[in-house]
Amino acid sequence: MASSTLPKQGDERVVQAGPLKRLLTRPELGALGGAILVWLIFAFLAGNRGFLTLQGTASYLEVSSYLGILAAAIALLMIGGEFDLSIGSMIGAAGATIAVLGSVFGMPLWLAALIALFVALLVGFINGTMVIRTKLPSFIITLGSLFILRGLTIALTRIFTGRTQIGSLDQLPGYDVLRLLFGGSIPIGGASFPISIVWWIAITALATWVLMRTQFGNWIFSAGGNADAARNVGVPVDRVKITLFMATATAAWLVATIQLTVVKSADTLRGTQQEFIAIIAAVIGGNLLTGGYGSAVGAALGALIFGMVRQGIVYAGIDADWFQVFLGAMLIVAVLVNNFIRDRAEKARR
Amino acid sequence: MATTPLLEVRNISKYFGSVIALNDVSMTVNASEVMCLLGDNGAGKSTLIKILSGVHKPSQGEYLVEGKQVDFNSPRDALDHGIATVYQDLAMIPLMSIARNFFLGSEPTKGWGPFRRFDINFASQTARSEMAKMGIDIRDPSQPVGTLSGGERQSVAIARAVYFGAKVLILDEPTAALGVKQAGVVLRYVAQARARGLGVIFITHNPHHAYAVGDRFTILKRGRTFGTFTKDELSREEMVRMMSGADELDALSHELSEFARRDAAAAQIDEQLAESLEAAESLFEPESRREG
Repeated sequence: MASSTLPKQGDERVVQAGPLKRLLTRPELGALGGAILVWLIFAFLAGNRGFLTLQGTASYLEVSSYLGILAAAIALLMIGGEFDLSIGSMIGAAGATIAVLGSVFGMPLWLAALIALFVALLVGFINGTMVIRTKLPSFIITLGSLFILRGLTIALTRIFTGRTQIGSLDQLPGYDVLRLLFGGSIPIGGASFPISIVWWIAITALATWVLMRTQFGNWIFSAGGNADAARNVGVPVDRVKITLFMATATAAWLVATIQLTVVKSADTLRGTQQEFIAIIAAVIGGNLLTGGYGSAVGAALGALIFGMVRQGIVYAGIDADWFQVFLGAMLIVAVLVNNFIRDRAEKARR
Repeated sequence: MATTPLLEVRNISKYFGSVIALNDVSMTVNASEVMCLLGDNGAGKSTLIKILSGVHKPSQGEYLVEGKQVDFNSPRDALDHGIATVYQDLAMIPLMSIARNFFLGSEPTKGWGPFRRFDINFASQTARSEMAKMGIDIRDPSQPVGTLSGGERQSVAIARAVYFGAKVLILDEPTAALGVKQAGVVLRYVAQARARGLGVIFITHNPHHAYAVGDRFTILKRGRTFGTFTKDELSREEMVRMMSGADELDALSHELSEFARRDAAAAQIDEQLAESLEAAESLFEPESRREG
């Protein structure tokens, strides 16, 4: 039977949902409104101090890009029903791995970066496997690996180099390869846009495509929505979750490599607290804390809001101490707004 | 019977440690038949369907699908053999759309290599037309399943199982949490699945639902089977009695009336005794008076 033979009169209780109503059910709607609002506020407060210039735009997009890469991966993991608090430590670990392998063992930096990528995949695999095997909340497991990873990074780096910071990485062989991939920038109208923005957009696009248009994306939603129901119809839930943990660790590695290339040094404390900020960005973007619902575009908008506020405060001449107050308040407001929108959207369809 | 049953278990037992959950249960399901599995709480219904759907392995006994012995390691194995189970609560993921739920685990794809992608248009159209075959017009396949009623959700799960070539459909209390009208909706799909040649195992507490659609009835009690009855062999009243343990109640009331009858008899004897005593007294009394 073809769908054209369906009765067309439908059900009298249901009003056809128009395109506007459809838009209202998207998880990223609240974040989109928030991003526009924040932009307007700083355009008003700091419009004549450089916030609206191309260079100003480039500066907040760069801040957003680092966070956005993390938030895209975190969004997928959160939709899959898990947390990863270890990505901040993973940033420090990946950077230190590259620097130690390059400066102490004389390895070309691009090869060191590849090995660090392998280390990140391994950490993600261990995180995921631990969560699956122990059946403990991923919050606990990755809270543990947050400290283990940071401690290992500091201890091992000090054993090999006697310090916790390694500089002058641009003097080492193989740096030019990293610079080409991660350190460049694109000049547009006199301002230079760092290549990290391109990575951010590419990863958000990839994550969105995976979520919306692939079989794996469907599995991610089901793993977070109801893992038992998903298993009953044959979804390999464990494999999906482990893969997602490996993806977040890889995102941390990418951010570490970009930062290391740009600032030409490694610091074992780099990435501290990034895990919380990435989760905040994902939540502002409409990703449900309990899993099963959300979007990568929302996480990108969350990261954009974060970047605009962080740089906008500087442009507006407000004391940067106020930034954290704003961040925390915005998290709470965002969750309230998102819940309200989701409630309304579901009722509108019912 | 000449035809091979779609599904058959022979002398299945299941032990959990020292607990005997199932003891020597045999059952068959044929094509185009609704087999109702009835029993009170703790009768072993859940254990039996978990064995049938590949969640548990039987401790003893044989499991045959279309005459061939099988050994399932996972629910996926059972699905691959055409045995689909629709669980009461775990059938659907509420925040996902109808189309995504419908194809969960068996997503249609198009494209090649790294560009292989989930064919969402095909999924939406198919979900819609398959539901239409069951007589439900879903307006919008992209609406979350959470916005459907309980009966509609069960129907989506049944339509999904039928679409994916299920030969045997196991329905775990599909009408338990539903109102009268919604339960009627689900029962209609059970009947439709049978009309399409499926074997249906319908687990329920409710004898009225069972009698409405069932062809044969297997009654479990305390891990054992009372046997399988056809509709001719078993009246609704008898079925209700067997399920609800009314036999035990009968036995109890019989026992109670026995007591009453014995009491009555005893009272009668007492009466007779009293009468004969009186008679005896009247017989002897004049003499004693005479003596006195």
